[in-house]
Amino acid sequence: MSQKTAAPKAVSRKDMTRAQWTWKEIKRNKVAYFMVAPYVILFTIFTVVPVVFSMFLSLTEFNLLEPPRFLFLDNYIRLFLDDDIFILACSNTFVFACIVGPASYLMSLMVAWFINELSPRIRAVVTLIFYAPSISGQVYLIWGTLFSGDAYGWVNGTLLKLGLITKEIQFFESASWVMPLCIVVALWTSLGTSFLSFIAGLQGIDRSMYEAGAVDGIRNRWQELWYVTLPSMKPQLMFGAIMSITSTFGFGGVVTALCGFPSVDYAAHTIMHCLEDYGSQRFEVGYASAIAVVLFAIMIGANMLVKKILSKVGQ
Amino acid sequence: MAKLRTRKHKVVLNRSAGGDAGIVFMLVILGAFMFLPMLYVVMQSLKPLDELWMFPPRFYVVKPTFKNFKDLFTLMNDSWVPFSRYIFNTVFISVVGTAGHLFFASLAAYAFAKIKFPGGKFMFTTIRTSLMFHATVTSLVNFIVMSWFGWVDTYAAVIIPGFASTLGLYLMKQFMDTNVSGAVLESSRLDGASELKTFWVIAMPMVKPAWLTLIIYRFKDLWNEGASIYIHSEQLKTFNYAIQQIMAGGIKRAGASAASTVVMMMVPILVFIISQSNIIETMGSSGMKD
Repeated sequence: MSQKTAAPKAVSRKDMTRAQWTWKEIKRNKVAYFMVAPYVILFTIFTVVPVVFSMFLSLTEFNLLEPPRFLFLDNYIRLFLDDDIFILACSNTFVFACIVGPASYLMSLMVAWFINELSPRIRAVVTLIFYAPSISGQVYLIWGTLFSGDAYGWVNGTLLKLGLITKEIQFFESASWVMPLCIVVALWTSLGTSFLSFIAGLQGIDRSMYEAGAVDGIRNRWQELWYVTLPSMKPQLMFGAIMSITSTFGFGGVVTALCGFPSVDYAAHTIMHCLEDYGSQRFEVGYASAIAVVLFAIMIGANMLVKKILSKVGQ
Repeated sequence: MAKLRTRKHKVVLNRSAGGDAGIVFMLVILGAFMFLPMLYVVMQSLKPLDELWMFPPRFYVVKPTFKNFKDLFTLMNDSWVPFSRYIFNTVFISVVGTAGHLFFASLAAYAFAKIKFPGGKFMFTTIRTSLMFHATVTSLVNFIVMSWFGWVDTYAAVIIPGFASTLGLYLMKQFMDTNVSGAVLESSRLDGASELKTFWVIAMPMVKPAWLTLIIYRFKDLWNEGASIYIHSEQLKTFNYAIQQIMAGGIKRAGASAASTVVMMMVPILVFIISQSNIIETMGSSGMKD
C-alpha cells in the first residue's frame, strides 16, 4: 500500500540491521501507536489479561480471599475424571453445538440465498422478519408463554382441545423436552450478524460471473451455488462461521431464562452453566478457570475445524 | 449444453419454475417460524385479561385494548426508584458507551488499515482472534480486574470494557481497507495535514455506513443490557432490568409483561429499519480472507 511513501524521510533497509530498521520505523510511525493505544490498552486489560490469567488460575486453587495455591493439573483431572455433571455438560454442549451451529449457519446462508433475487424492497422486509428475533433482547421469553406448562399455554391448550393429549405437558420442566426446545429457540434467535454478512456477500457478486458460469455449462441453480456463488463469497462464509460459532456457545443465558438454573436433571446444562455455577456461585475460581480454559479451547478448535471444511468449498 | 435464452441482450440464467416454487415454499415455512412468535407477543400485549386467560387459548386478539400498556406505565410510576432514573441510566450508558467505542475503535481501525507500522499486523490479528470466543470465557477474571480498579457498582464497569469491543473495530477496519483510498489520504498528508486530522476530516466522512453500523451494534447491546453482575445499587440499574422486574411479577402481570416486551423490542427494530441499507453495505466488506 501507499503508507511507506508517506514518510517524510523514508529509510532504505539495506544499510542497517533489522533491529535498527524496526526502531526507525517505530519512531517514524509514532502517531500510529498513539492512535491504537487507547483501544489496545483496554483490549489488553479486558480480553488478553483475562485469558492469560485464567490459564494461570486454572492451575491453582483460588477462592478470591486467600492467595492462589498452586495445584498443577489437579483441576483438569478433577474435571474430566471426577465431575459427572461436567461430563454431562460437555455432551450437552456437544449435542447443542453440533445441531445449532451447522443448522443456524445453513439457515442463514439458505435464507440469504433465497431472498437474493427478490426486489430490493421485498428483500428489505424479509430481511427484517428474519433478523428481528436476534436483536429484540428478551423477546425469546415468548417461547416460555407458548410452551407454558399449564392449559393456558398455547401449545398445551391447542393439543388438549384437539384431544391429542389428556394432560398438560410440562415442557420446560421435563428432561426430555428442554433440550429440543432450547435448540428450537436457539435457531429462532440465530439469524444475526452472519445472516447480514451473507446477504451483503451475495449482493456483492458480479452478475457477469453468473453469466460466464451459464456459458461454461452450469445447468441449474445448485451447480451455480456450488461452483460460482459460494467460492466468490468465501471471505463472508468464514466470517459468518466465526460469528455463528461464537453465538452458539454464548447461548447459556437464554437456557437459564427459559429452563431455570440448573435445568431439570441437568438436561440442558452446558459448559457455560458449569462455569457460572463454580465461578459466580461457589467461588471456586481456580476450578472455574479450568472450565473457562476448556471452553476457550473448544471454541478455538471449532473455528479451526470449520476453517478446514470451508477451504473445500467449490472443489 | 446449457439452455441459454437471451432477452434484451442479457443472458437469462437457468432458473426452473419448480425451483422458484420450492424456494418460495421454504421461505414461507421458515418465515412463519420466525414471524409467528413475534406476532404472538404483539397479540398478547393487546389482549384484555379474559382473552389472556381463556381456554382453549386463542392465537389472535378479538377485542384489542391498550390497557396493558396503561398498566405498564402505572407499574412504572409505582416503582421504588423513580422510573426516570432507570431510563436515565440506560440512556447515559448507551450514549457514553457508544460514543467512546465509536471514537476509540475508529481511531485504532484507521491506524491498522492505513498505516503500516511494526507490530500493527500482530496486534490486529490478536484482536481478530478474539472474535472466535465468547466473552463468558473472560467474565470471571474481568470481575477480579474490576474489583482491583474499584469499579464494581459504578457506571465504568458497564461502559469502559465495551469501548474495546471487537466486532466494531473489525468491521470498521475491513470497511476502511476497501473504501478509503490511499491516494486521497496521501494528498491530504502532502498538504501538511496531521495524521489525526486526515483521519477525522478525510477518512471518517468516507466510512459513514461503517460508523452507523458501529453505533447501532453497540447501542443494541447496551439497550438490551439487563442485570449486570457488576451493579448492585438499585439507582444504577437499567431500564431493561426494571422491565424484567415487572415481567417477573407473575400471572397478574402477564399483560403488562407482554406490553413491556413490545416496548423493548420496538426500539432496536425501528433503528434497524432506518439503517438497514448502511449495515448491509458495511457487511459487504466483513469477509475474512485468511
